[in-house]
Amino acid sequence: MLITGDLGFGVVDRFAEQFPKQFINAGVAEQNMTGLACGLALEGHKVFTYSIANFTTLRCLEQLRNDVCYHGADVTAVAVGGGFSYGQLGMSHFATEDLAILRALPEMKVIAPTGIWEAEGATRALIAGRGPAYLRLDKGRAASEGAAGEQFVLGKSRRLRDGTDVCFIATGAILSEALKATDLLADAGFSARVISMHTIKPIDGDAIVAAARECGGLVTMEEHTRLGGLGSAVGEICLQAQAVPAFFLSVGLDDLFPSIVGDQEYLRRQYGMTAEATLSRILPLLRSHRS
Amino acid sequence: MQSRKIIRPNDLEPLKALARRIRLDAVRMTSTGKSSHVGSVLSIADILAVLYGHILNVDPKNPNWPDRDRFILSKGHAGAGVYAALAETGFFPVDVLAKHYQNGSNLSGHVSHKNVPGVEFSTGSLGHGLSVGTGMAYAGRLAEQSYRVFVQMSDGECDEGSNWEAIQFAGHHGLSNLTAIVDYNKLQSLKSVSETLRLEPFADKWRAFNWSVREVDGNDVEALIACFSELPFTADVPSCVIAHTTKGKGVSFMENSVLWHYRSPQGAELDMALRELGA
Repeated sequence: MLITGDLGFGVVDRFAEQFPKQFINAGVAEQNMTGLACGLALEGHKVFTYSIANFTTLRCLEQLRNDVCYHGADVTAVAVGGGFSYGQLGMSHFATEDLAILRALPEMKVIAPTGIWEAEGATRALIAGRGPAYLRLDKGRAASEGAAGEQFVLGKSRRLRDGTDVCFIATGAILSEALKATDLLADAGFSARVISMHTIKPIDGDAIVAAARECGGLVTMEEHTRLGGLGSAVGEICLQAQAVPAFFLSVGLDDLFPSIVGDQEYLRRQYGMTAEATLSRILPLLRSHRS
Repeated sequence: MQSRKIIRPNDLEPLKALARRIRLDAVRMTSTGKSSHVGSVLSIADILAVLYGHILNVDPKNPNWPDRDRFILSKGHAGAGVYAALAETGFFPVDVLAKHYQNGSNLSGHVSHKNVPGVEFSTGSLGHGLSVGTGMAYAGRLAEQSYRVFVQMSDGECDEGSNWEAIQFAGHHGLSNLTAIVDYNKLQSLKSVSETLRLEPFADKWRAFNWSVREVDGNDVEALIACFSELPFTADVPSCVIAHTTKGKGVSFMENSVLWHYRSPQGAELDMALRELGA
């Protein structure tokens, strides 16, 4: 079933017309939407809740925690507008703490696809599986289509480029900045591995530890606060495995609320989350590491 | 339609006895555990007895029976009452109740379903149960299943805005297989309801949200049976039972006292409470 919190203009109509018994508009009432979804799931339905940014997550966080997660209910909260996707709409519409908060909930899977191919794969995987999940959809997209015959697997990261000097691990569409940085690094004579970490939980620890051991430095990239998200998860895993990279950089939002608005790329630039800003920080490290 | 047990006037005694046992269990559990909320349990003991002893279509030997009526205790702090009702009606042995609130126990202060047969849903934070019950009722109607959903709420709980989202949704969708029961004992955590956040005109609020409302003496077993036996009150409309109750009902010094939202009966108070309840 698909339950929307009165959002999805032009997006949900076809589903609603084709499957009227599987569609509910719960109105602008996300707490009830999430409890309702839990009740439906406990009666055997597979339920997706849908709204913008923080409305399917933070607004109804306790319903996700107590109702959905504690009961292992088969509910996926879908948020459209990860990170700065709605960059012009202001602070209320920036989903920049969701990964950290949702990943702390027991039973909750957390997925932030980096592009359309992964979003479709994740959706199919969530339909085939069961249990609580959070699917964070980005307006931006990175060129991360699957290779011929490639299967999307939840919790299994994807190595999109290979190299040895540094490894970029990215979640969400900001992966495009990692790919761009890799191209720019090649011009400077360095090679980079790029990992799409579309699933933050359960996270692909093996790929992280391998990257820390096989590549010089590790750089995590997320359109999200640096507190508690991908960077924190990668750091925890490396230290616990005693896999210490030559250097570690967590690219993300500082502990602040942006008060200005702009498109996704503009805000990434303003807050130091672009390929260029990242390179300016790691090039000296790469050069000193090489010499 | 579900089968209904026909209660004759002289059959009220077993239900009154069940209510008394629920009260005794709750007093003992909250004393042993030194836990709060005995007043909140005593308030709804008669409702629990009538539901589990007569109204709910449930099978203690098959607690997950798909056609069972669903009962959600949204005022999760009265969990001791549900545990007692379940034990006294055969879902699990009564001696398990002694583990309430103890280290390593499954019987938490706020009601939890894990490893406790018969508990439909876990609560503890107020304002959650009605939405979940609404989802269950919606699913039941969609699948043309015959089960009904009952959600026991508290009056203070109606401060939570999430309830009004659910009330609006259930009213809009005309979920006649859903019944909300409000334990209207007029006292909440610190003071009376009227001094905290006034609910009146309470019944009219539910009616304005397209629910059918009956008010009943929530400590009168016979009146409760009569009330629940008429569900749904109106076709294609959800039902609300505003149960006027006395907090701490059955133990004179606990009745209508905010103190007994928190205080645990010990020593002479415990003895007196048990004596008044006919132990």
